[in-house]
Amino acid sequence: MNSTLDKFFGGKQGGIGLLVLAALILVVFPLALDSFRLNMVGKYLTYAFVAVGLVLCWGYGGILSLGQGIFFGLGGYCMAMFLKLEASDPESTKIQSTPGIPDFMDWNQITELPLFWQPFQSFGFTLLAVVAVPAILALVIGMAMFKRRVGDVYFSIVTQAIAAILTILIIGQQGLTGGVNGITDLKTLLGWDIRTDEAKIILYFVNAALLLGCILIGRFILASKLGRLLMAMRDKEERVRFSGYDVASFKIFVFCVAASFSAIGGAMFTLQVGFMSPSFVGIVPSIEMVIFAAVGGRMSLLGAVYGALLVNYGKTVFSESFPELWLYFMGGLFIAVVMYFPNGLAGLWHSHASKWLARLRLPSRRQPPAAAAQPAEQPPASGAGTIDAVPAKQLESTP
Amino acid sequence: MDSKLTGSSRRLPRRLAQGAAALSMLAMSIFASTASAEVNTTGLAVTDTEVVVGQLHSATGTMAISETGSIQAERLAIEQINASGGILGRQIKVIQEDGASDWPTFAEKAKKLLERDKVAAVFGCWTSASRKAVLPIFERENGLLYYPTFYEGLEQSKNVVYTGQEATQQILAGLDWVAKEKGAKTFYLLGSDYIWPRTSMKIARKHIENVLGGKVVGEEYYPLGNTQFGSLTNKIKLRKPDVIFAAVVGGSNVAFYKQLKAAGITADKQTLLTLSVTEDELLGIGGENMAGFYASMKYFQSLDNPNNAEFVKAFKAKYGSDAVIGDVTQAAYLGPWLWKAAVEKAGSFDVDKVVAASAGLELDTAPEGYVKVHENQHLWSKTRIGQVQADGQFSVVYESDLIEPNPFPKGYQ
Repeated sequence: MNSTLDKFFGGKQGGIGLLVLAALILVVFPLALDSFRLNMVGKYLTYAFVAVGLVLCWGYGGILSLGQGIFFGLGGYCMAMFLKLEASDPESTKIQSTPGIPDFMDWNQITELPLFWQPFQSFGFTLLAVVAVPAILALVIGMAMFKRRVGDVYFSIVTQAIAAILTILIIGQQGLTGGVNGITDLKTLLGWDIRTDEAKIILYFVNAALLLGCILIGRFILASKLGRLLMAMRDKEERVRFSGYDVASFKIFVFCVAASFSAIGGAMFTLQVGFMSPSFVGIVPSIEMVIFAAVGGRMSLLGAVYGALLVNYGKTVFSESFPELWLYFMGGLFIAVVMYFPNGLAGLWHSHASKWLARLRLPSRRQPPAAAAQPAEQPPASGAGTIDAVPAKQLESTP
Repeated sequence: MDSKLTGSSRRLPRRLAQGAAALSMLAMSIFASTASAEVNTTGLAVTDTEVVVGQLHSATGTMAISETGSIQAERLAIEQINASGGILGRQIKVIQEDGASDWPTFAEKAKKLLERDKVAAVFGCWTSASRKAVLPIFERENGLLYYPTFYEGLEQSKNVVYTGQEATQQILAGLDWVAKEKGAKTFYLLGSDYIWPRTSMKIARKHIENVLGGKVVGEEYYPLGNTQFGSLTNKIKLRKPDVIFAAVVGGSNVAFYKQLKAAGITADKQTLLTLSVTEDELLGIGGENMAGFYASMKYFQSLDNPNNAEFVKAFKAKYGSDAVIGDVTQAAYLGPWLWKAAVEKAGSFDVDKVVAASAGLELDTAPEGYVKVHENQHLWSKTRIGQVQADGQFSVVYESDLIEPNPFPKGYQ
């Protein structure tokens, strides 16, 4: 019982870290922010799904995918297709030459709903598709690549190419996909208006809960034997293979998991922002998503969330204050992170803050237990023994 | 009025000033605050001395090069309005946000301007995609957007005033002109691959086939940013269309016209009419690379009328003598002026009242000449054909009558 819980929560320290994050996004943000900013944080948190997935497949599995936007986009598009069909009932589209189909199809002389759109009239199918479509694509990519032992930088380049191809496909087939405009003007989910403030708040909490769920799943995977195998593969793939493990299957699995996480993020993005466009699918957003994970610390599931929050918050704040210069600030931030904190925020935490906290804690240890109980409630001190910390040390030792 | 009063009172000796200030404050609180409550019943950012508007264009990213002209023109108009006493006695304050050439960012910033800053109007957007991204937000928050770009039509929102031309205004007059003046019978349609060129060409094809009795000998679309037009030049040479009808946008233009010239397809042998080259694009393409070709627009910098002379002079005084003014820049300049006229007619900043006052509004100080706001919130405007000169300007060779905007053209869909 206890060990299963430990697997989920990553021991006591990991549990506290998770609690702090949960408190932050479930209590502090909703209380401190108005609905506009909260909706914005909700949007940032959808990127955190991608970053969490990247921690699994890049940080632990050593698979650097520069095409996570593919899965984010597919998840988002699946959800957007459902919402668009709901928004395109014959009544509200009667101005069109063919009422009842999405407006952009009408503009492109399409007169009936294409076959692949039809299943998206069902909400159940859509929910399934949000996770399944990207996962199947990841499976296909994974099979094609890992079974042939294509890895490292070649894999990164191929994922990037696929992201570019998918963007071109979506933009080119505008009658079927909405083209460069994307799928816009989404209004209701099963009759529930998703544009009101109350809806935004509910969606925020759904989003936050799903994200925490994904983190728990990630922790479970990492704490299991599979997690250790992933790390072993990352550091010495040949050795694992010679030990009799089917390396490719593990890689495919973790890649599919990362894809599904991204897709959930994408679907939640569509719900909260109200549209989906090919600008999330391409190379640039995909690389941006890698940056979230890098800033947060690619070895830390929680760090990834903070990374996504921080980078996007920076983007918003800088661009609001300096509409013409903000890109330079962002550039400066990224350069600083790469040069000075290669392990990201989480690395910074482990190398500085936690030592400082440990020093603070040391004298209090000698106090009577009643007094000692208080500091133990602090955020994860050294992180020793948690999933987050072990690999960070390994990373430092690897060249 | 009120700001002048308090402003001058500061220069008086202190005691007198205090008394005067107290008096004027009293006067303001009696006179102006009721006025503010009157002109703003929906909680917009309007004080007794100030009204806040938003500006939402791409200052960074690939669209910055196109949108900068619009940003500048809107700023110029707002400065001029402020210098002439503002709107309903209030100075306009601008909050500028950067859409960063990224549609979701546009949506985020639009939300910020409307929900947080409570701006009374927004001047912004350029691409159709960015407009589509912000449209639901404007409709839900009941904001007011002045949109400057010529676009594909098929849209009519009460929360948007379209100060550029919709597709039929720009296209039909141009096609009629080439058919009549150049005796054109065969057309080669091409454009960048997105909604505006595709819709424009759809309208063009219907007009060519059904009205002009001509023939479309080719129709092609290239990805945004495409720079390889080699196969196209071969096809054009093979099919010898009377007119190339082009809607290639952005950076692709430079490659397109240079490659046409390199392939020997120049104005002395080939007629080309474009929908998408303004003075701004010509800066990049180079006038010598497309001299003699034609563009169909509602405005050219070289338009000869007193309004325009004044506008060009003011624009150059502010942004340098090298500055050029394209069609969209002029349309962007109209935004603040149309808003001012509508607010003053309505006697209120409330969006619903401003919208109601907009229909039928006339502006005869526009650089393009007289414009009138249609009930569908598009502008009645003339279409002109300009011929590209080597110096990067157009010489106007034809001017249509005032054309009614018709965003949902019957028989063209």
